[in-house]
Amino acid sequence: MITKRIIPCLDIKDGRTVKGTNFINLRDAGDPVELGAEYARQGADELVFLDITATNEKRKTLSELVSRIAHHINIPFTVGGGISSVEDVRVLLQHGADKISVNTSAFKRPDLINELSGEFGSQCVVLAIDTKQEEDGEWYVYLNGGRVKTDTRCIDWAREGVRRGAGEILLTSMNHDGTKNGFSVEITGTLARELPVPVIASGGAGTMEHFTEVFREANADAALAASIFHFREISIPELKAYLNSEGIPVRV
Amino acid sequence: MGERIVIVKYNAGNIQSVLYALERIGKQAVVTDEHEQIRLADKVIFPGVGEASSAMAYLKERGLDQLLKELKQPVLGICLGMQLMCLHSEENDTECLGIFDEPVIRFVAGGTGMKIPQIGWNRVVETSSQIFHGIPDGSYFYFVHSYYAARGAHTIGVADYIQPYSAALHKNNFYGVQFHPEKSAGAGEQLLRNFLSI
Repeated sequence: MITKRIIPCLDIKDGRTVKGTNFINLRDAGDPVELGAEYARQGADELVFLDITATNEKRKTLSELVSRIAHHINIPFTVGGGISSVEDVRVLLQHGADKISVNTSAFKRPDLINELSGEFGSQCVVLAIDTKQEEDGEWYVYLNGGRVKTDTRCIDWAREGVRRGAGEILLTSMNHDGTKNGFSVEITGTLARELPVPVIASGGAGTMEHFTEVFREANADAALAASIFHFREISIPELKAYLNSEGIPVRV
Repeated sequence: MGERIVIVKYNAGNIQSVLYALERIGKQAVVTDEHEQIRLADKVIFPGVGEASSAMAYLKERGLDQLLKELKQPVLGICLGMQLMCLHSEENDTECLGIFDEPVIRFVAGGTGMKIPQIGWNRVVETSSQIFHGIPDGSYFYFVHSYYAARGAHTIGVADYIQPYSAALHKNNFYGVQFHPEKSAGAGEQLLRNFLSI
């Protein structure tokens, strides 16, 4: 039986992790490679590295970082942030990334998803969607890190993305992100039920019970979190032991 | 000068990851499609993530299909590499190398609600080969695939996704694994070490 995946997310700026961390046993917790390797040792199933300043000048820094990650880390990892062309992706994959994630650039030019899946295969194309539930009860797609609203419903864009070749959906609920009140069971459940590809839930993790909830009630395939891992509010071995005791299939 | 490990270069992804994984366990390898280097290697690794028919076309164009079949040293196919070592793949109805008789079939969710491709960590059970030496039966490995090799006479490890299938195959000097040892943490590294010590 396939297991539910636990995925720490590391935000990167100029080759360094952005958010503070609380890892006292690391020489340099600002080094994404060292932090990522620590998560891998603890039993993380995958890692996501999001480059939040991925401008063209920084591209080289990112590919060098990806190469260092690929050399040192023995679990799969996804790289995202500012990716907008087949060439961008070719470079990152050649440097050892297993998957890439696209967000705003794919929404603005959906053919990008077709191009990437056609060239490199769906298995390495993760479509990241930031979504927010509005007062009308509908979930809409937001762009540019949540700053720009669109009139497209999340489920419609997710379906189109999968049809165009996205192999996984990384879904962040902006209503829940940063609240530590739990993942969105509603929109995660809708996408997990409606889509034929895995859905990674993101945004809102605060307790171990929140993971049980999103796996059991929303049937998410994976759950992503950042600060609760970085600040060691929850450790991965503890989380996995807990999920295992709850009957959720995890790699322990 | 240690033993010569060659990773077969062809039009498939993930080759770099295998090279790095070998480095992590202290082994150097050469990535090449040159016949002579492959023929003279002590160990050959045939990795890959990609599509079967274009990969077979590429191998045939360079005569690598014949060469691979005739190798006498230990050969390890990974993911697509393992599938290409089978007789036939449903992926674009592709005739493959025919080292293993097991057919390669597409996963059919058939109302199970299971996602295709399978992406993630799954258990490998019923392991019966020296490449699993020191790895407890039921250990987890990382899988990414939409097609699978059926169970058969050459099965040396079984995974279950929608139905049980071959997670690993073995015949004579040829080994194949559907999962990615290069991305499977400690268990994967142990498997690579085991293969290299055959």
